[in-house]
This record gives sequence, structure tokens and C-alpha cells, in this order.
Amino acid sequence: MGMVGMYMGLLQVEYLTPVVGLGHPSLWIVSVIFGIAMGTLIGAFQGVLIAFLNIPSFIVTLGGLLVWRGAAFLVAGGRTIAPMDETFALLGGGSFGALGETGSWIFAVIACAFVVWAFVNGRKSRQKHGFALRPVWAETFVIGLICTVIIGATAIVNSYIWPKGNIEKYYASIGQELPECAKDNDTIYQGVCASFGHGFAYPVLIMIAVAIAMTILMTRTRFGRYVFAIGGNPEAAALSGINTRAMTVKIFALMGGLAGVAAIIGAARQNSATNAMGQLDELYVIAAAVVGGTSLAGGVGTIYGAIIGALILTSLQTGMVLIGFGDGSYQRIVIGVALVLAVWLDIVYRKRIK
Amino acid sequence: MVDRTGTPLVELRDISIAFGGIKAVDHVTVDLFPGEVVGLLGHNGAGKSTLIKCLSGAYQKDSGQILINGEEVEINDPRDARALNIETIYQTLALADNLDAASNLFLGRELVGKMGFVDESAMEAETRKIMGRLNPNFRKFNVPVNMLSGGQRQSVAIARAVYFNAKILIMDEPTAALGPHETQMVSELIQELKAQGIGIFLIEHDIHNVMKLCDRASVMKNGQLVGTVDVDKVTDEDILGMIILGKKPALAA
Ligand SMILES: Nc1ncnc2c1ncn2[C@@H]1O[C@H](COP(=O)(O)OP(=O)(O)O)[C@@H](O)[C@H]1O
Ligand SMILES: [Mg+2]
Repeated sequence: MGMVGMYMGLLQVEYLTPVVGLGHPSLWIVSVIFGIAMGTLIGAFQGVLIAFLNIPSFIVTLGGLLVWRGAAFLVAGGRTIAPMDETFALLGGGSFGALGETGSWIFAVIACAFVVWAFVNGRKSRQKHGFALRPVWAETFVIGLICTVIIGATAIVNSYIWPKGNIEKYYASIGQELPECAKDNDTIYQGVCASFGHGFAYPVLIMIAVAIAMTILMTRTRFGRYVFAIGGNPEAAALSGINTRAMTVKIFALMGGLAGVAAIIGAARQNSATNAMGQLDELYVIAAAVVGGTSLAGGVGTIYGAIIGALILTSLQTGMVLIGFGDGSYQRIVIGVALVLAVWLDIVYRKRIK
Repeated sequence: MVDRTGTPLVELRDISIAFGGIKAVDHVTVDLFPGEVVGLLGHNGAGKSTLIKCLSGAYQKDSGQILINGEEVEINDPRDARALNIETIYQTLALADNLDAASNLFLGRELVGKMGFVDESAMEAETRKIMGRLNPNFRKFNVPVNMLSGGQRQSVAIARAVYFNAKILIMDEPTAALGPHETQMVSELIQELKAQGIGIFLIEHDIHNVMKLCDRASVMKNGQLVGTVDVDKVTDEDILGMIILGKKPALAA
């Protein structure tokens, strides 16, 4: 839970960029590594305070939030640092920061193959130990459903055509003449020109990669199981020989590293870094996790649940913006109410099944 | 009859531990031989749990020695104890409520496959095996243990201690949450483990179980050892007298 405190501090990382010099090819790699490393270090440091000095994690997180944000302001002197390195900015998405149509279809096929493989593997392992198996038709149905969703999502992201300006930029960059159809907004969506679908944006791919890696880490490794055990009963975990202090430091370091990834995407997306970036996101992150079924008391929750929670909250917000509902303050009120409502429904539902 | 001529399996010598001025365990010496069941008795707060936690690694003694097979050992944490084949069923059970039976059984000692990933199916299969032996009625393998009854939870804790081939077993009130039938099964289990040469420290309040299962009984009061008696040579009233009065009966050896 104390994962978000250091979210912000990392953003100063990007202030390095102007120092090293613009456009240098190693720049984006250095920024990325530096961002993640810095997040990890800050997280580990806060973890040490919690684990070895027994300061409550909430306090350390809150203190860290203030300290690192203050530090970010000092470093930048309150200015906005822009623009970012061009390659780095691709990590934020946009027409050029996406897979494109063909790439997206290849990705979809690989994803489907992976789903099939995962199901077959799971089935084999249950078979080996003689556990009850779900009927083949049921599993085939589930696989089909997941693949349909993947293909559908691909079709949707591919149907978003590049804006005219970017198509012009593209042809200019490869030194070719702009085709006729791309010169007109009416014809741009037809024929050859329509092959300029966005496809999956890089930040989405990063999210998928992180989600898969974290899910494996949390469910398939000792580390992940210990995280859940400590969340459920720290005393029992310690009595089972788990080094709970070392675990606390590692967990916070991991969260810091992930906050670093978030900071990278955030800065790349805005193509700038400000000390105010990500403000309030700490709270939205908690809200998303809770809506997605994570227990604040610890020990319960899933990665995909948190992602769904985040999707629900952002859909709500974007939806309100699109239909032009109220201004920022109304939207916050709605989200706040939705959060409390979601948790209340969850409590009612849990009581029912008991 | 237990052979007590050789080296004891466990010797706790002159163990003391205090919590902020309260002497929870005050210069207590007890020992345990292979194939022996030693009962630890006394009122609540006598220091029984605290004493055995020094052996299981949950607490660090302030002073005294721990010897295993005649050799002094350092037990600084639960991992050290497990490495010495000491397994413990805690009074609180020490289960992670949000995890299922298999996850609890293997907590800290997960089975991992070739790639270093936890092999859940293998752990569940092993759990089914041992539970089939200890508690054949147990069915709830895929729910968190907080959905289980007290007796079922207790059997998970017992399975965890028994599964890893303990040489020294510590059972802190293992039958507290059990019905008569399950208590009977635990009694049988204790006798079976004893026959395999395992040494057992058993903390137990029911004097009939003590008379039936234990070879010797060590009685504590206010952190101090009242005395240790051969269960064969005394009556249950003698032992109750020790617990209540804090005095060793004159006739006992
Ligand atoms: N972690 C602890 N902190 C402070 N006091 C403790 C702690 N553990 C045990 N005690 C105290 O030690 C004494 C012995 O407790 P315990 O060993 O649990 O008794 P028993 O198991 O014989 O009922 C009690 O007075 C208890 O309050
Ligand atoms: Mg006790």
C-alpha cells in the first residue's frame, strides 16, 4: 500500500535530460534506467525505515511524498522541463509511439498462442496430479472468448487512424511525396491511407508486460507468496521462517521501481517534466486498487483487478469529460462517491456469499 | 518404557527470558529423549509457550543453553529451528488466514519446479496426501483457511509440523479447538510419532490426556519450574497438586 509515496520524486530524474544534451541516442536508455533505479533506491530506503526503525509505513510514505515532491521542486526551480528526447517521448504513445497495424496483428496472434499454451500447460499439470479437470468444451470456450477479446481490441486500436499532420510528417521523414488521399480529411480514412491505424501504443504494451511480469511474480514465485502471507498474518509469516524485514525492503524497492516506470511514461506522454506531475495520482492508484478488489488490510488482491479498477476510474473520468459533465470539481465528487460505493457493494456482496 | 540412559535429544538448560521486567521464564531446565513425550503443564501465564518459543526460534532466550543431541546450538530465528528438524504447532496456529491449506503447509518451504517457479499442483497433491492421513474428512483445499472450522485449521497446522519429518515436535495445546473424535485422532498421531522415535514437547491442559500420552510431566508456575515427574509414578492428583500449589509431591522421584 505504501507504494505510491515515491511516485513523484522520480520525476526529477528527467531533469537529467537537458544536462546530457539533446538527441543523444543513449539518452533515452540512460533516462529509463536512471528513472527505474532511482525509484527502486528511494523505495528501498523507505523500506529500510519501515522494517528496521519500525516507523509505520503510512507515516514513512506520507513523509516521503512531501520530501520528494519538495526536492523535485527545488531541483527544477518550479520550471517545466521540455521537450523530452524524441525516442524517449515515444514511450508515451502517440502516432509514432505505437505498433502500427501489422505489428498489432502479429502481437494479437502471439497473445492468443500464449493463452492457448497457458491453458494446455495448466491442464497438463492438473492431470499429472490427478485433480479434477474442467470439461474440454468449457476450456475451449474460455480460450475462444479471450482470443475474441484480444482480436476485437486489436481491431479497435487499429481503427484509430493517424491524424493528417502526422501522416504528412511521416512521408516527409521518408522523403516521399504525400499520396493524394492523405491530403484531404474526407479521403484520409479510405484505401491506402487507412493503413495508418495506430495499433497498440507502447505505453499499453509496457503495461501489459508489467502486468504479466507482476502476475507471475506474485503468484508463481516464493517472493510473491510471501508478500501475500505477510499481508495476511505477519506473525505467522515470521514464524514460518520468512525474513519479514528483508521482504519489506524488497517490496518497497519493487514499488519504487514501478513508480519509476509510471514516471517515465508520464513524462514521455506529456513530453515534459514538471514537479507537479502525478500529483493526486497517489490517491487514484489506491482508489483503483481498492475498486479492483485489493484489501487495504493486506493479503488480498490481484494485478488484473487493479488494472480493471484503474480502467473503471479513468473511463468514468474520461466519459464525464466527453459528455461535458461539469468541470474538474464535479468529476472529483463523482469519482469519490463511486469509490465509496464500489467498496460498499463489495462488502455487501462478500457478506452474502459467507 | 523410554530409554533415558543415553544423550537427551533436547536439553534446555537454565533458560531465562524476561519481557520488560516480567520474568516469563525463570531459570528453567527440562530435557527430552527420543521417542519420549514430555508434557509441559501449568496455569495460563505460567510461561510454557514462552519456554518452547525459545526452542522454536520465535523468541531469543536472555540466558541459558540449548543442546541438541548433546551439542550446544544457536537458535536465532525459526529458520534455525527448522534446519535442526524442530517443528512447532503454535497455540495461535500461526496460519496466514488469507491463504489456502497447501500454501500454509509449505509456507517458507514452497516446492519449486525446474524454472524456480512455485509448483502449486505438486503442493496441493502433497497436501491432499498428508491430510488424507491426518483428517480424511478434510475437503476444503482451495479456500483460504479463514473459511475453515477451528478443528480444520488445527489439522492444517498439525499437518505442517508433521509433513517435514520432524525429529523434535513442539505441540502447544494442539487439541484446544478439537472435538472428541479429532482429539482421539491427535492422540493416535502422537503415539505413532513417538513410536517412530520423535521427541515431543506437549503442552496440554487436560490431565487425562497428559496421563495417557506423556512419559514425563514438567510443571511450571510463575515462570519457574516446579518439578518434573515420571507420569507412571504419580497420580493425576499429584500433578494437579503441583500445578495448583507449586510444590513437588514428596513421593515422586
Ligand atoms: N511477547 C511478549 N511480550 C510481553 N510479555 C509476554 C510476551 N509473551 C509472553 N509474555 C508474558 O509471559 C508470561 C508467560 O506467558 P505464556 O508463555 O504465554 O504462558 P502460558 O503459555 O504458560 O500460558 C505471561 O505473563 C505473558 O504475559
Ligand atoms: Mg500458552
